Amino acid sequence: MKHNARYFGEFGGMFVPELLVPALQQLEQAFNSSQDDAEFAKEFSDLLNNYAGRPTPLTLTRNLSPNDKVKIYLKREDLLHGGAHKTNQVLGQALLAKRMNKTEIIAETGAGQHGVATAIACALLGLKCRVYMGEKDCARQQPNVFRMRLLGAEVIPVTAGSGTLKDAVNEALRDWSSSYQDAHYLLGTAAGPHPYPTMVREFQKMIGEEVHQQIIQHEGKLPDYAIACVGGGSNAIGLFHEFLPHESVKLIGVEPAGKGLDTDHHGATLNKGKKGILHGTYTYVMQDSDGQIEESYSVSAGLDYPAVGPQHAFLKDSGRVDYVSVTDQQALDAFELLSKSEGIIPALESSHALAYALVLAESLQQEATIVVNLSGRGDKDLDYVRRLKEESSHD
Amino acid sequence: MTDQTANQSRYNRLFEKLAKKNQGAFVPFVTLCDPNLELSFKIIQCLVESGADALELGFPFSDPIADGPVIQAASIRALQAGSSNQKCFDLIARVRQAYSEIPIGLLLYSNLVVATGIESFYEKANEAGVDSILIADVPIIESQAFCEIAQKHQIAPIFIATPNASAETLRQVAENGKGYTYLLSRAGTTGTEVKAEMPVDNILNQLRQNNASPPLLGLGSPIPNRSKKPLA
Repeated sequence: MKHNARYFGEFGGMFVPELLVPALQQLEQAFNSSQDDAEFAKEFSDLLNNYAGRPTPLTLTRNLSPNDKVKIYLKREDLLHGGAHKTNQVLGQALLAKRMNKTEIIAETGAGQHGVATAIACALLGLKCRVYMGEKDCARQQPNVFRMRLLGAEVIPVTAGSGTLKDAVNEALRDWSSSYQDAHYLLGTAAGPHPYPTMVREFQKMIGEEVHQQIIQHEGKLPDYAIACVGGGSNAIGLFHEFLPHESVKLIGVEPAGKGLDTDHHGATLNKGKKGILHGTYTYVMQDSDGQIEESYSVSAGLDYPAVGPQHAFLKDSGRVDYVSVTDQQALDAFELLSKSEGIIPALESSHALAYALVLAESLQQEATIVVNLSGRGDKDLDYVRRLKEESSHD
Repeated sequence: MTDQTANQSRYNRLFEKLAKKNQGAFVPFVTLCDPNLELSFKIIQCLVESGADALELGFPFSDPIADGPVIQAASIRALQAGSSNQKCFDLIARVRQAYSEIPIGLLLYSNLVVATGIESFYEKANEAGVDSILIADVPIIESQAFCEIAQKHQIAPIFIATPNASAETLRQVAENGKGYTYLLSRAGTTGTEVKAEMPVDNILNQLRQNNASPPLLGLGSPIPNRSKKPLA
């Protein structure tokens, strides 16, 4: 057991080429000093409140719950500027980049949500931005590619490997190893080498803090369940962190089961992966017996990642959080159901959390309150879902 | 080959021999099983017959973040040709059987070691006749678990002295690295263009002051392999 800031139990660390260690240490120092700086906190919360639109509402659904005894609340990160929770931590890291006198930002993106959020922050704060995106994801998420370019970012399609998020991370890391003097690598989730998992959590934890206040106002007590989808795990850790000490709140992370956990087409790293090292961190990883990384799969590009943040690996093994999974089809059904029953079109990522909330609500005998992190809105998925529906109607 | 002590390792014997002749070492790099098992053996034979002083051999890995497009492509070719960790060890054993004295270093990524089991990986490496292992994504700060087991199995752990390393890191590179010290004069991945080469005099001086193992300069030049320039 390692007792230091780089680790969550046995998970985490800084497994990167020696060349990148000084850049990560510089980032760690900048982050630590910013946490004691009232000016930094003031500027960050000014951006969050007056630019991005925090706090986001907590909405009690009217028609969604399949069980009269169960109330389902939605934390409306879909209403945040940029359309997803990603904007929170991107603003935090962009401020840190300025604090370190960096002039350029490198980012990777899967669904394009992190890329868009990064392009937004860079436009606002005058930083030069380049975003690596797998070529398959570029094709799946055309509108976001256009958005990023409109916002002034350079989008670089990655053809290597599987052409998805993990390959985009590889390219971003390679870029950073020759550009770290001027560039900050703005990693998009609570994974990767230290200090990213801790830093991203700290820049996302307002989600859970707001939920805590809001649910007390609505219900006068803590929720029974808090549910979030898990790819890398940033929206989930943002929701969970506040509730970790409150043992009565059951925390549930929902992974993408894709076409089924017993197929080769899923991204359920915590459910099916093995301990290993990918992108700088010791965590659960989808891999073969030799340690070659396997390609993940999900209908949702934002959950299509073969590793997971190290704190989630720790929370799984400690038993504090349950990690379950739902299939593509369950997520697509939830996507439609929320649209029709509440007039809210969720991101396919968030639809996974919602789908599990529906399964849970149906199974409960007693009264219960569930909070679902609606981490993003579904506009980016409309074209893709429309095509999927057309394909299935032709079958 | 299992009874080496630090004083009589193949690297030591090589560096002593070269020092007498006032020569540097030429250490070419190739990826194992690229483009396939049989040709890979012939390529390595060719390198040795052509005068390589030592070998640096890469295990193919799906996500080589420290390498540029040339070596990544080599990894992908090797994996598509059916490479596995065991086939790589078998290939090294063949090389060792053919050339008993040439130092063999491995360059690879941590997940291959962790997935096999750290202890088991170093044991297999030793049995195959490997002299040193450089894990591209294990910096000094995370190296303790690997170093201890490496030395138990008579494998020299190799660390990279980078142009941006602190004095303390260089001291630890000198202290923990055995066999040779991988000297990096430039930022970036292998085989890619970078903005500037950095001066190595200062790093060299610090390594000498800390009695580091002899330095080999990683060229990382944009030619289709990684090679090392002799340092007088």
